[in-house]
Amino acid sequence: MTLIKTHHNRRSFLKVSAAAGGGMMIGFNWLTSCTPASEPAIAIPNEWFDINGYIKIGDTGLVTIFSPNPEIGQNVMTSMPMVVAEELDVKWDHVVVEQGALDEDAFKNPQFAGGSLSIKLGWDALRMAGAAGKRMLLEAAAKEWAVDISELSASEGVISEKNGERSVGYGEIASKAAGIEVPEELELKEPKDYKLIGTFQKNVEGPKIVTGKPLFGLDYEKEGMVLAMIQHPPAFGMKIRDFNEGEIKAMDGVKDAFIIDTTTEEPIWAETNAFNNLIAIIGDTTWELMQAKKALKVNYETVSDPENSEMHEQWLIEGFDKGNVEESRTDGDPDAAFAKAAKVIERTFTSPFMAHNTMEPMNFFAHVTGDSAELTGPTQTPEALREAAAKLLGMDEDNISVNMTRMGGGFGRRLYVHFGLEAAAISKQLGAPVKMIYTREDDMTQGTYRPAYRSTYKAGLDADNNLIAFSVKGVGLPEGPVFPNRFPAGTVDNYTAVKLGMPTNISTGAWRAPRSHFTAGAEQSFIDEVAELAGKDPIEFRLELFERAKNNPVGEENDYDAARYAGVLELVKEKANWGTSIPGMHRGVAAYYCHNSYVAQVFDVAMESGQPKVKKVWCAVDCGIVVNREGAKNIIEGGVVDGIGHGMYSELKFENGSSVHNNFNSYQLIRHSQAPEEIEVFFVENEIAPTGLGEPGLPPAEAALANALYQATGTRYYHRPFSTADQGQERIEIG
Amino acid sequence: MATFNLQINGKNQQVDVAPDTPMLWVLRDHIKLVGTKYGCGVSMCGACTIHLDGEAVRSCQTTVSAAEGKSITTIEGLSEKGDHPVQKAWLEMDVAQCGYCQAGQIMSAAALLERNPNPSDQEIETAMNGNICRCGTYTRIKQAVKTAAANSQS
Ligand code: FES
Ligand code: FES
Repeated sequence: MTLIKTHHNRRSFLKVSAAAGGGMMIGFNWLTSCTPASEPAIAIPNEWFDINGYIKIGDTGLVTIFSPNPEIGQNVMTSMPMVVAEELDVKWDHVVVEQGALDEDAFKNPQFAGGSLSIKLGWDALRMAGAAGKRMLLEAAAKEWAVDISELSASEGVISEKNGERSVGYGEIASKAAGIEVPEELELKEPKDYKLIGTFQKNVEGPKIVTGKPLFGLDYEKEGMVLAMIQHPPAFGMKIRDFNEGEIKAMDGVKDAFIIDTTTEEPIWAETNAFNNLIAIIGDTTWELMQAKKALKVNYETVSDPENSEMHEQWLIEGFDKGNVEESRTDGDPDAAFAKAAKVIERTFTSPFMAHNTMEPMNFFAHVTGDSAELTGPTQTPEALREAAAKLLGMDEDNISVNMTRMGGGFGRRLYVHFGLEAAAISKQLGAPVKMIYTREDDMTQGTYRPAYRSTYKAGLDADNNLIAFSVKGVGLPEGPVFPNRFPAGTVDNYTAVKLGMPTNISTGAWRAPRSHFTAGAEQSFIDEVAELAGKDPIEFRLELFERAKNNPVGEENDYDAARYAGVLELVKEKANWGTSIPGMHRGVAAYYCHNSYVAQVFDVAMESGQPKVKKVWCAVDCGIVVNREGAKNIIEGGVVDGIGHGMYSELKFENGSSVHNNFNSYQLIRHSQAPEEIEVFFVENEIAPTGLGEPGLPPAEAALANALYQATGTRYYHRPFSTADQGQERIEIG
Repeated sequence: MATFNLQINGKNQQVDVAPDTPMLWVLRDHIKLVGTKYGCGVSMCGACTIHLDGEAVRSCQTTVSAAEGKSITTIEGLSEKGDHPVQKAWLEMDVAQCGYCQAGQIMSAAALLERNPNPSDQEIETAMNGNICRCGTYTRIKQAVKTAAANSQS
C-alpha cells in the first residue's frame, strides 16, 4: 500500500463542482452534456451527491467524473478519469465523463495541455481524488453500521463487510458520504492491483464524434450570439491604419466593423501574437462575413522590415558566428580530440518554418459584460487566458470564467491565447456575446510557427572506430534547437554543444515536441551516418554509447536515463527482428527521449514504382505505467504519421513578410496514401509513475524515415522537407 | 437572397440565403447541423464532406442552388442511431484522436462502400486521399473501412 498526504480538505476539493456543473456545457441537457464511458450499465440517477471536485455519485450508483484538462486529441478525457475511477474503485461502465471548467484550486492540478504533462502532473491529484472518494464512502458505511472501517472493503462500486453479510452500493451510501471530512493521509493502490489502469479503453467521446454532435469550439452556440471574423495585416512587420469602414458596414449581413487592439501589459509567453491590431467584422452568418472580408480595402503602415525565406536561410548561416548563445556545454577537449581523430565527419541539417494547421481553425466565444466575462472555446492554457483577459479587460480574475470545449487539434497552437483575447475585445466593444472565427487562411498566415533551424554536427572516431569527439552547434529563428544535456552528452569524453538564437519578426512558438522534433531528426540521422562510418550496426553503436553512459557517464547533468533509453532500443530490436533482412525491404532506426518518455522506432521502406513507401513501423515506448493502452497506441501512431508528414512534405516560406502558403492547396500535409501501411506499438512494462505521450512519438519518426530512405535510395536526407528540398546530392525524386 | 427548399436527412427545410452560399454554411449557420466541419473552404481537406444523392461531395464547394432538389445527407443523418456500419467500425477501431476530421472521413468512407462494398487498399487510399487527418489516424481509418466492409458483408 502507498500512503499519500492530501494537504487539503474536503472543502477545497468540493468547490469545483458548482463551477463544473454550471455554465460549461454548450446548453445541452445533462444527458448529452456528459459522456457515458460506454452505454451506462445502470439507470440514470434522480439525485446526485458531490463527493469532491472530481466526483459526483448518483443514487443509482452511476458516477460522474470531471476531467480537469483540455482535450486536444491526446485522449486525456478518457485516461484522466480512468485514474480517478481506478482508485475510487468503480466499474468503468458505471462512469460518465464530463469536461471540468477552469478551477485549478479545486482540481489541485494545473489545467493545461502542453509538454505532454497532463498525466505526469495529474497522477497524484487524480489518484488522490479517487482514493479520497472511496475513503469517504467507506467511512459513511462504517458509521451507518457502527463498525470499524478496517472491517470493510470496497470494490467495483460496492462496500462489503469483510467478515459479515452486509453490503451496500456506492449510490446508496453516497448521500451520507458527502458530509465526511477527507483524512490527512490516504491509501493508494499498488500498481499490481490495478484493474482499470493498463487496460484498453475506447475514447469516451467516440459515440459523439462519429455522429457529429456539437463538441468543438466552432460548434459552440449561445442565445443571442453573433459571429465575428478578423482581418490581419498581409505581412509581418505591418500594422493596420484604417479601412473602408462605411462600405463594409453597409454590406448585406454585416452588423458592425471596427479595429480591435489586444495589447496587454507585460505579456507572458502565452500571449505571443503576430498582430495586436485587427479588423473585426460582425454579422450573423459566416458566408456573409467572408464576403465582407473580401471587400475590405485597408491602409497599412510598415513598422519593421519585411523578411523573406532567402534572408532566413542567410541568418541561420550567420547565426553560427553572430547568434546569441542561449545554452552550451563542453566536456573534455573537443578541439584536441578532433585533431587526433582517425576519421571526422561533419553534416548540416536544416528545417524551414512550419505552421501548426490544427484541423479546426482558431476560434473563441466571449461574452464580456460590465463586470464579468465568460470565455469558452478551444484553449490548451485556460489559466493563462484568464490572466491575460484580466489584464486586457481590466477585470478581476475572479470575474472571468473560462470553459474548455473539445479541440480540433492543438499541437501547441492553442497554448497561445490571442484568439481568446480577440474574442474578448470584440465582445467588449459590441457589448454582446460573440463567437470569433478564423478562416483557414487567417489561421495559416497568422501563426505562432515552428521556428526555422540549422544545426551542424561533427563526430570524430579513433582508429578502433570508437567515438572520441562530438560537437553540435545549432541556430534557430528565434530560438536554437540544441539540448546540450541530452544524448550523446554523457557518452563521449570530448563533447561540445552550443544553442544559438537569431532574431526574426515572424511570430513563433511551441509546435508539437518543440525543438525535439528537429533535433531528433538531425541527431539520429547523423548518428546513423557515424555508425556507418564506424562500420557498426546502428543499434549496436547506440547501445555501446548507452553502456558507457550507464557505467561511467561523462559529466553529471545528463538529461536521460541510459538504461531506459537502451531499453526501448532493445525492445524495438526484438520486436522488429532487427538483423534479419527481407528482400526489397529497407530499414532505418532512431530513438529519442523527450517530454519524460523514451521512444525507439524501426521503419521498413520498400520501393514501389520507383517511389519509397513506408510499409511498416515498429515503436517501442517507455512512458512508465500505461494508463490507457488504446489511447496510448493511437497517439504514438499519430506521432509517427506527423513525423513523416512534416519531414517529407511541409514548409512555410516567406516573401515580402507574408507567408507564401495560405491553405492546403499550397501547404502540403500528409495524406492517406502517404501514411505507413502498418504501425505496431509496444510498451516497456514497469511500475514507474507515468509520463506523457502527446509529443514523444513524433521526434524519432523523421530520423527513422530518413535512415530507411537512405537504405532504399542511397541518398542521405539532411534538409526538410525531404520531398522537395535540395539535398546537395544526386537523387531520385520522391514524394 | 432567395428561398431554397432543401431535403436534408429526409426532412424538408427552407432557407433564405444568397444563391452562391455553400451548403457547408447553410448547414452550420442556418440549419444548425454542425457535424459537417469547416477545414479549408477550398476543397482540399474533406472535413465538410456530405452526400448529395448518395455521392460524397465537398459541401464547401456545393452551392445551395446546386443542392436544391437533391437528397442531402449529413453525418447527423447517416443513420438514425449512430449505428451505420462505418460508424460502428470507427468505434470498434477507436479511430478518433481530436475527432474534428472524422465526420468527413466517415462520409467519404460510407460513400465509397456504397459504390464499392469491398475496396482494395489502393481503392481506399484513392477514395480517402482528399480527407486530411492532421492527427494522423490514417492507419486506423483504413482498418475501420475494411472492418466496415467485412461487417456489411457478413
Ligand atoms: S472545408 Fe471543404 S474540403 Fe476543406
Ligand atoms: S482526428 Fe484530429 S484531424 Fe483527424
